[in-house]
Amino acid sequence: MAETIFRKAKSFYDIYERKGGANKEVTHYCPGCGHGILHKLIAEAMDDFGLKEHTVFISPVGCSVFAYYYFDCGNIQAPHGRAPAVATGMKRANPKSVVISYQGDGDLAGIGGNEILQAANRGERISVFFVNNAIYGMTGGQMAPTTLLGMRTTTSPHGRKAGNEGYPLGMCELLSTLKAPAYVERVALTDAKHIMQARKAVRKALKAQVDGKGFTFVEALAACPTNWKVPTREANRWIVEMLEPVFPVKLFKDEIESRESEALEDRTYGPADVVAALDLPTEEPDIAFVRSPQAIKDPQIKVAGFGGQGVLLLGLALAQAGMRAGYHATWLPSYGPEMRGGTANCHVRISEHRIGTPLVHDSDVLIAFNGPSIDKFAPMVKPGGLILYDSSLVDRTIERSDVKAYGLPFTEVADKELGNGKASNFVAMGAFIVASRGVFDEGVVKSILPLVIKRKNMIELNERAVAAGMRIARDALAS
Amino acid sequence: MAKQFIKGNEAVVKGAILAGCRAFYGYPITPASEIAEAAAYYFPLVGRTFLQAESEIGAINMVYGAASAGIRAMTASSSPGISLKQEGISYAAGAELSCVIVDITRGGPGLGNIAPEQSDYNQMVKGGGHGNYKLIVLAPNCAQEMCDLTMLAFELADRYRTPVVVMADGFIGQMMEPVEFPSPVPEGDLPPKPWATAGTAETHKNLITSIDLEPDDLERHINNLYAKYAEIESAEVRYEEFMVDDAELICVGYGVVARVLQSAVEQVRAEGKKVGLFRPVTLWPFPEKRLARLADDGRKLFVVEMSKGMMVHLEAV
Ligand SMILES: Cc1ncc(C[n+]2csc(CCOP(=O)(O)OP(=O)(O)O)c2C)c(N)n1
Ligand code: SF4
Ligand SMILES: [Mg+2]
Repeated sequence: MAETIFRKAKSFYDIYERKGGANKEVTHYCPGCGHGILHKLIAEAMDDFGLKEHTVFISPVGCSVFAYYYFDCGNIQAPHGRAPAVATGMKRANPKSVVISYQGDGDLAGIGGNEILQAANRGERISVFFVNNAIYGMTGGQMAPTTLLGMRTTTSPHGRKAGNEGYPLGMCELLSTLKAPAYVERVALTDAKHIMQARKAVRKALKAQVDGKGFTFVEALAACPTNWKVPTREANRWIVEMLEPVFPVKLFKDEIESRESEALEDRTYGPADVVAALDLPTEEPDIAFVRSPQAIKDPQIKVAGFGGQGVLLLGLALAQAGMRAGYHATWLPSYGPEMRGGTANCHVRISEHRIGTPLVHDSDVLIAFNGPSIDKFAPMVKPGGLILYDSSLVDRTIERSDVKAYGLPFTEVADKELGNGKASNFVAMGAFIVASRGVFDEGVVKSILPLVIKRKNMIELNERAVAAGMRIARDALAS
Repeated sequence: MAKQFIKGNEAVVKGAILAGCRAFYGYPITPASEIAEAAAYYFPLVGRTFLQAESEIGAINMVYGAASAGIRAMTASSSPGISLKQEGISYAAGAELSCVIVDITRGGPGLGNIAPEQSDYNQMVKGGGHGNYKLIVLAPNCAQEMCDLTMLAFELADRYRTPVVVMADGFIGQMMEPVEFPSPVPEGDLPPKPWATAGTAETHKNLITSIDLEPDDLERHINNLYAKYAEIESAEVRYEEFMVDDAELICVGYGVVARVLQSAVEQVRAEGKKVGLFRPVTLWPFPEKRLARLADDGRKLFVVEMSKGMMVHLEAV
């Protein structure tokens, strides 16, 4: 190997202080280990492009967990297999940094299979250096996804069998089928010629990242003489004769030249931009509303009906109007499975005091849009309470004499008078204003309509619905 | 600022942006999905990062990377997703990274259901991940606190270099209430993080790691962590009391349970009975000293949880 010819790269620390122990000038890697070679190629490329101050090197769990002993750049040590996700968070936090995800085969192709696949598929602008030594080095020679068929490891003592453990996993083969990666190449850390090729590949990947060209991936076939139990001098031959037939050394994909460089957004957003983007109200609207002493006090309201009848929206409007009129207010929808089967209900509380539970069990007011809601919730209305129901759709009579119950044709009025049955919920809103004896008034409701109704052209219709609801309620209450 | 009627889950996102959170990494799960959805909508509008990760594991590790870079970053999920994040949370605690994790809890074990439950108490407060660490856990009980405590979470995370959890139940996440949002935290007010690996010349000697190969080193590191935790315990306990002064029985609960208990206390008080409410806002550090004092005065404590009882066994005196 060509190591001694070169001066030590400047992107390495001179003395490996973080390593501890007596000998701080040599690495912790075994003699003949591929990691040391790849480290050197990376450090030299960082030197050549002047990257060390802007590089963040993410080391995996595996023998290279201690890469941070050596590289004189920012270092993050990641959980096993998750380096591409960590790299994603890092790179997106500082797109001008150079981010390296350095991983072994257990780390990348085993436990971290999804992280690498998805990072590659998103085209994260990072460089991944993948050391394939066909074994779990750090943990003492267990089988890796890249272990060869028939190969004996401590967890495949009888040799890997396709029928039990599947076939060696070709990561370059897999990732090069994706659209996003800009560059995918497999190299071998064997003789001088192949190491020169590897050197080129490493440089190419890093340069492409500096130029903002996208995801780059270099797989290096590397020796682990220790766990292969092969003498160091035979390790290269082992790579050539055993690994290369299964993992061919080749360029799988190179679109670096044809890619546009990524343009970085440099717009800054000040506090005013944030307030505007978050759609935060800056001043309280001026509402001339005086609470009526006759109004129902602190009503707990249940609104119920079929999904699609605007039940949740009416509840929301009631609560918002309550807030606008100066009360405390809460709105809690039924959600999830409760909503399946097409029924919907929500809990609304409007109160002069801080509200405890947002759940409404025994309600003061029930607004019901179908028969099942009456069956279910009418018995739970408190004595002296109020029930408003859509007589166009509910064919029940209410058998309670201790509550005030008004059946009003919400849907019919919406349909015939306003030409849109969907407005029945705001007809009910009008009825509530009157029947609650003014918890809030029409003006308050008008002021919140633009907040709850997204389609502007529907606002005027719903204003008319509120007016119609007030009219029919007044008529009903008078008779 | 004026009040806005808003869902708890959405208040989390607006609070996060106001607090200067620059990146959100999430994965959908009911009843927390509105947080990811609102983040997906708002974060890009102010030039910040939103990414739907491949999994909760991916999401927490993206937060790990972003936090390593020194920016304010967060993720949000619900119980089963939080189980998946635990490895990453343990790493973040070990590496002393500032980040915020929101948990809108649901029913378990297993897939359980999406109804509100408080059975994540153990995995958040007692540490669901491996190793000696603690998380600050904040328990909002209204939409306003969903905003305020999320903002506080970022502040505490930065102050103590630690992951901070905002844990609310599905009710608090799903309900809507008026919220008064504060002004955005000016960028200049965010604390500097000279320890980060920001990809800059000044920070290029830095290392973010949770590994200490030598047992003595690890022990020293853990002792340092616990010294920090002791500081948090003495400075960051938060709780709320309601009608406790003359109470003979004190109800104890957090999250929506505290809201229900408030109503119960009001009802029972109307019948002339002397009851009160004690609500831990920080589940860790738990307000155990205050609660012990109340108990010492001869009052009975009545602990209510939406679980088989997790806080009661471990904390109540
Ligand atoms: C979650 C988790 N599972 C398992 C381990 C144990 N472990 C440490 S390194 C390793 C395998 C590393 O093999 P590889 O990625 O091929 O790296 P190499 O040492 O061969 O370079 C394993 C399984 C761990 N640290 N974390
Ligand atoms: S065990 Fe294998 S991979 Fe690990 S340092 Fe030794 S040779 Fe390298
Ligand atoms: Mg390996």
